[in-house]
Amino acid sequence: MDYLWLIPVLPLVAAAFNGVVGKRLSKKAVGLVGVGAVAASFVISLGAFLQMLVQPEDALPIVTHYFIWIQSGGFQADFGFQLDHLSGLMILIVTGVGFLIHVYSIGYMHDDPGYYRYFAYLNLFMFSMLMLVLANNYLLMFVGWEGVGLCSYLLIGFWFTRKSAADAGKKAFVVNRVGDFGFLLAALFIFWTFGSVDYQRVFERAAALPPEPLGEVGIVTVICLLMFVGATGKSAQIPLYVWLPDAMEGPTPVSALIHAATMVTAGVYMVARSAALFSHAHGALLVVATIGAGTAIFAASIGLVQTDIKRVLAYSTVSQLGYMFLACGVGAYAAGIFHLMTHAFFKALLFLGAGSVIHGAGGLQDIRKMGGLRRRMPWTFSMFLVGTIAIAGIPPLAGFFSKDMILWSAWNSPNYGKIFWTVGLITAAFTSFYMFRLLILTFCGNARYTQDEVHHVHESPPSMLIPLSILAVFSIVAGFAGAPPALGGHNIIESFLADSSHNAASAEHGGAALEGLLMAASVGAALAGLAVAYLFYIARPELPGRVAAGADAMYSILKGKYYVDEIYDAVIVWPIVRTAREFLWRFVDSFVIDGTVNGFGDMIRGAARGLRRMQSGYVRAYAGWILLGGILVAVWFLR
Amino acid sequence: MIPLNWYLLLGASLFLIGVIGFFVKHNIIALLLSVEIMLSAVNLTFVAFSSQRGEISGQVFVFFVLVVAAAEAAVGLALVIAIFRNRESLNVDRSNLLRW
Repeated sequence: MDYLWLIPVLPLVAAAFNGVVGKRLSKKAVGLVGVGAVAASFVISLGAFLQMLVQPEDALPIVTHYFIWIQSGGFQADFGFQLDHLSGLMILIVTGVGFLIHVYSIGYMHDDPGYYRYFAYLNLFMFSMLMLVLANNYLLMFVGWEGVGLCSYLLIGFWFTRKSAADAGKKAFVVNRVGDFGFLLAALFIFWTFGSVDYQRVFERAAALPPEPLGEVGIVTVICLLMFVGATGKSAQIPLYVWLPDAMEGPTPVSALIHAATMVTAGVYMVARSAALFSHAHGALLVVATIGAGTAIFAASIGLVQTDIKRVLAYSTVSQLGYMFLACGVGAYAAGIFHLMTHAFFKALLFLGAGSVIHGAGGLQDIRKMGGLRRRMPWTFSMFLVGTIAIAGIPPLAGFFSKDMILWSAWNSPNYGKIFWTVGLITAAFTSFYMFRLLILTFCGNARYTQDEVHHVHESPPSMLIPLSILAVFSIVAGFAGAPPALGGHNIIESFLADSSHNAASAEHGGAALEGLLMAASVGAALAGLAVAYLFYIARPELPGRVAAGADAMYSILKGKYYVDEIYDAVIVWPIVRTAREFLWRFVDSFVIDGTVNGFGDMIRGAARGLRRMQSGYVRAYAGWILLGGILVAVWFLR
Repeated sequence: MIPLNWYLLLGASLFLIGVIGFFVKHNIIALLLSVEIMLSAVNLTFVAFSSQRGEISGQVFVFFVLVVAAAEAAVGLALVIAIFRNRESLNVDRSNLLRW
């Protein structure tokens, strides 16, 4: 499949074109180039995917080498693409959701003076993300990995004249550096251990190594943990999740594309891609599952009390990413990727819906001031409702199937599986609650904004509503790809991904009855969340205030987001800033280095101030110096 | 045959006269004359040694010194004229602007 290179390169060309000459073109032309390139990528991806499906199983993965990228001694990195079920699914999600969000952006960003710049960045992001998923070795993946990080920075800080946006971009970049460092170390260790960075060779050689059971830390465990450090940065897991809520400073379609649907799932993709390594390192898997489950419930609990429409969704994203890592951590990589896919649909839908609300309500983001928008924007409301039901995990929408697959896999995990399942279940209830809370506060009841704040609330243009509708359709139907046998489905997704992710199907665990029972529990959790949200915000609106007052300490901790930002400021940022300012700047630079340089200057100037008196301007004085010199020479020779 | 030491003594005396003249006189022409006397004293010493040791290089050096002295006199006198035109004076101590 030699034409695979077109998939990432087309958006790159469009990015370069829009970046260089876009300023002089009309908005129509810029949008056409930007959207057209992604549309073409999507069509080619679809073609490649279909062509891959008709190949016999043993022809996979299809690896295309284009050229040798780096050769140095025994080290070699190719520029090549690998297409298999996993990367094929990923390119479809990236280009498909990406295309819809590009279309949406035409309407959303229409009045922005940086229109061409926006599309150039967005296309550059598409290029980087596609490189990340298509690469056939870790080093090339790292190129895409860094590329998406850069684009994330550029797009978070897109409205850079606003200080909060510029700061948020910087924060995202700096926090991601920590993770990227882990990834880079992992890549180096991989080369050191396996003598190659190529997926195929690494996995072949890794398969020959003995598995490292729990409690044994071998080289594979170290590699996997380092890789997971990279994943925590990019995919916003504890302890590096802090940049994602701030990233909401960017334009909303960017939040949808980069900070919900695609880029933040890069870590999940990496773990699933490296399943051959992770499956060897049971200790690392337990760490992945623990961090995933911990992040899921931690972020969901913060999401319960947030009041900014985009921040609720941001914490929800962090929490859902935690689910994906929980799935990977219990060895159910297919479930993780399945949830990645359904999440891409319904979270993009929710973000774009939120964008539609913000757009229609003239920039209003505080849900305490919204309310009653259902009558003004009925179409957005129904789309948002679909997304909410999907993420809450109410059947038969997509979120139910993927979440249930994860919970089922967690239950069957031999290591602390029941605990992970319980955490996942509580998170599911939290998710359902905060999503319905968001929905009710935004769309139902009476309007709480005043005429001064919002002039006229209006429904969004079709270019924004059509992508919403398509995503809503996928949010409804995508789940059936993973319908479990217990419900009469075939779980296509699991067998589909089983080969790519070296994952044994988990269907033989437990019984159908138990699976049905657990399913009922998760649906019950979702309905409980819905019921509480209904009780709090429709039936008894005075209750939330009383609960908040009753559990004051808990409420303020949640409201303050566990004060993680403050702790990081005090423990990491403040010492670094103080050391840099007081020691490195004031002492080392200003005192030691400048002092040395200026000291030499002062010394020479001081000496010269005395010596220059010799230059008196009197001819006979000079003659005297000459005479003195002559006498000294004479004395020297005659002594 | 006059012994070498007499020549050397005369040379040294002339040189000392030149040096003293250079330091006590203010007139720029007198300074030039003092320099000429010093050069002549050196020439005398060169010739005396040349004659004493039967070696020609001492006399060759004298020619070099003479050539340099002639050139120096020409340049020096030109400078004297230039200075006099600007300053209306031949006192060297009044030409002291080039200093720290």
